[in-house]
Amino acid sequence: MHNQVDIETPEGIRFSLQLAGPSRRLLAWTIDTFMVLAILEMLSGLLGIFNIISADLTTALALIAGFILFFGYNMVLEWVWRGKTLGKWLMGIQVMDIEGLHLHFNQLVVRNLLRVIDILPALYLVGGISMIFSPASQRLGDRAANTIVVVTRKPPETDVSRILPDKFNSLRAYPHLEARLRQRLESEELRIIIQALLRRNKLDADKRVALYEELATHCRSLAPFPDEVTRTLSDEQFLRNVVDSIYNQKQHLA
Amino acid sequence: MIVDLEKFIKQEQPYWDELEGLIALRTKDAAHESDLAESRRFYYLYRRATSGLARIQPFAAEISLTAKLDSLVSRAYPYVYGGRKEKTRFRPLHWFCVGFPCAFRRQFTAFIFISVTITLGSILGAVAVQYDDESKSTIMPFAHLMGNPADRVALEEATDLEDQMGRHNTFAATLMVNNIRVSIFNLALGITYGLGTLLITFYNGVILGGVMLDYIRAGESVFLAAWLLPHGSVEIPAILFAGQAGLIIGQCLLGWRSALSVRERFRACAQDITMLIYGVAILLVWAGIIESFLSQYHGPNLYPWKIAFGTIQLAVLFAFLLFAGRNQEQEDAHA
Repeated sequence: MHNQVDIETPEGIRFSLQLAGPSRRLLAWTIDTFMVLAILEMLSGLLGIFNIISADLTTALALIAGFILFFGYNMVLEWVWRGKTLGKWLMGIQVMDIEGLHLHFNQLVVRNLLRVIDILPALYLVGGISMIFSPASQRLGDRAANTIVVVTRKPPETDVSRILPDKFNSLRAYPHLEARLRQRLESEELRIIIQALLRRNKLDADKRVALYEELATHCRSLAPFPDEVTRTLSDEQFLRNVVDSIYNQKQHLA
Repeated sequence: MIVDLEKFIKQEQPYWDELEGLIALRTKDAAHESDLAESRRFYYLYRRATSGLARIQPFAAEISLTAKLDSLVSRAYPYVYGGRKEKTRFRPLHWFCVGFPCAFRRQFTAFIFISVTITLGSILGAVAVQYDDESKSTIMPFAHLMGNPADRVALEEATDLEDQMGRHNTFAATLMVNNIRVSIFNLALGITYGLGTLLITFYNGVILGGVMLDYIRAGESVFLAAWLLPHGSVEIPAILFAGQAGLIIGQCLLGWRSALSVRERFRACAQDITMLIYGVAILLVWAGIIESFLSQYHGPNLYPWKIAFGTIQLAVLFAFLLFAGRNQEQEDAHA
């Protein structure tokens, strides 16, 4: 299952949107369902006033109100609130056009009408299966409406203080090589290094050594630090120094 | 390449903040209209932010700054490249009187397909009831249709009009809700490449054909016409329009005789699907009211009026679908 979609602007710049997973979407739907039930309960109380005129009219109005609420709740809120419902807002997700453009009301109508198929046979099984096989994690309604559901809440920044070296960072003696490393190392590569160091104790010893060796070799190839520096450092220590060199620069900027 | 990252951020921050402000303005006020100067400024700031994003992306440690610019560009992007008419107003009358008939005409081929399907189903239902008595128990959806039509007609006509008055509001609401729900389901089944929609429509045709032949065979054609025409002249076309919308979805997936991608096809047809289902809902609300307040009253002296009402209603509906909104269509074509 993919976790992001990349959109390329006509200027050739790529930006990415993080896709919401099935569990987060299911929770949002659960919240919205409870919300609909609560509104219905309130409405049926209010509609009781019509009992003075006719019990028949009250029942008719309650039936119609329930139906409108079932189909209209998502449509209206997603339109007015730009892709969000209460459940989606609480779960930090929202509906968006698959090409990053604004949502049309038509798209919201189509995605919400097709919910009647996605929800089958229970608990969004059809929609869930569709999401698993969709590159943009779309249920059937999303596919027909060209919409995606993305995460709006930013993930917390990784706390790297736990993996920074306690000793002197010998790489600092070579600022030009640190600068080269900062420019050549890609974000995804840095993320892998940080995760590998953070999960140190969860990794099997042999595999950990092999992984650190591979990562350190890659970093050395990007910025060839002199042998007298790297020889005295273990691969793990070298990687910690790399993270320190990059983040230390960032802290300095901040 | 950015040589001095600190200087770069300091230099660009005011532009990012200004763009953030302009986005917030548009987000808060959907009806906000910007003049040429503001639009140009917005575009300039957007280009500057995208350029900044492109330059910052290679910096591995700048994850949060990249995310911030990613978010800024993604929010500014739809305002630059558009896609949404911000001033989409709530115009229910216009949607019904113009949008719905225009969508019907644009997608007329799908309507022909769905009409042929229900006709074939009706023929099968009629043939089955005519030649296989046992088929009636399989075809008829309701218990009250299982008996002899002549007995039912005699019973209905013997009932005093006063006794026929019942819980009309609840009955009308139940009819509306159920019919609209079934129509939405029929539309949504279009996602099975139209096959589900065709099957449901065909099955509805089988029931309709079976019931009609059963009453005609029993010599109750007038009762049948007086019973079905007032609401059926709206309800049956409405169910066909829902099927029409379902076939549009199927066609979008199949892409038969289309050079567009699936995504483009769905984008092109979303408005027609919406207008059709909107029209269906309105028609079914009307049909529910008629079925509850008129169709259920039976008596030989009412039949001519009921049949005339149903026939005129059917003629008006198709005249409306064929001619309404043509001026708007021509205006759009000129635009």
